[in-house]
Amino acid sequence: MTLQLSTLLAILGMAVATYATRIAGLFLMRYVTVKGRTKAAFDALPPAILMAVIAPTIIATGIAETLAAAITAAAAFFRLPMIVTILIGMVSVVLLRMLV
Amino acid sequence: MSKTTAEFRQGIIDILPILAAAGVIGLLWGTQAASKGLSPLEAGLMSATVFAGASQIIAIELWRDPAPWFFLTVTAFIVNVRHVLMGASLSRHMGEIPQGWRAPLLYVMADENWALSERRALTQPLTMAYYLGLGVPMVVTWTVSSVIGAIAGEWFKDPAAYGFDFAFSALFIGILAGFWKGPKTGAVLAVSAVVAAVAKLTIPGAWYVVLGGLAGVLVAVLLHAEEEEAEAEATS
Repeated sequence: MTLQLSTLLAILGMAVATYATRIAGLFLMRYVTVKGRTKAAFDALPPAILMAVIAPTIIATGIAETLAAAITAAAAFFRLPMIVTILIGMVSVVLLRMLV
Repeated sequence: MSKTTAEFRQGIIDILPILAAAGVIGLLWGTQAASKGLSPLEAGLMSATVFAGASQIIAIELWRDPAPWFFLTVTAFIVNVRHVLMGASLSRHMGEIPQGWRAPLLYVMADENWALSERRALTQPLTMAYYLGLGVPMVVTWTVSSVIGAIAGEWFKDPAAYGFDFAFSALFIGILAGFWKGPKTGAVLAVSAVVAAVAKLTIPGAWYVVLGGLAGVLVAVLLHAEEEEAEAEATS
């Protein structure tokens, strides 16, 4: 069990920088009134970010990933339980990677 | 069972499927960290304090000895800048949570439990117990699996073989279904997806999440403006 100074500095620096990003939104929101157009923007934020996180994986990686994403979306559309939806996604991506 | 206990339990139940995938990624990350010379203590310390998968994976890729700490700090900030938007959105749903607790609680905000919290807030108030039920098991699983990975070293094989690399995408698709409100949502998602994918392919770093997210938001604002104009015309 060793702990190097430069490593410790890097870990602490990363931790502080990351925590700053986590709380920045909370403080920025004190100066924002959410109604009308701003409300439309904030309501769209969660789905837009969720999609942006996964988009490179599901539309720009390969046919297997894109098809698996479509199958997963169908499972989600039919309101299957979350764990079932995730398992369908994982199984279909493994099978499709073998096929295509 | 008290309401608090029930809420905490529901949080744990909702995050369970994610813990399996996070544990596997944590193991993999730990083995990579060890291969770059981090001790199990250092790997565990980073997972517990930074607690942000994407930035940790990138940090290990960039890792040298001695650690370029300033460069790694700036990179972590850029990779995690999406948290600013996520936190701004989530803070709207923290009305039930005492003021003094909000900033400390955001310490455990990661993509997955943030998404589940936003999903929860669509149908009922977000409680501190539910939020912690999601977040605490995430931090513990991530940290413990990182340490085990760092100790175990190279034995762990490719997670893609079992589809674990797709688990997060599948979860997010499942959560996205709950945000669907019709064609407008479709337009937001389509633009967000295309901009994020193009940005990922053309711009180095992790700016693609922020760019894709903001593009989607812009579409929502434009559609909202059109709707307002239509309403104004209808009433005049």
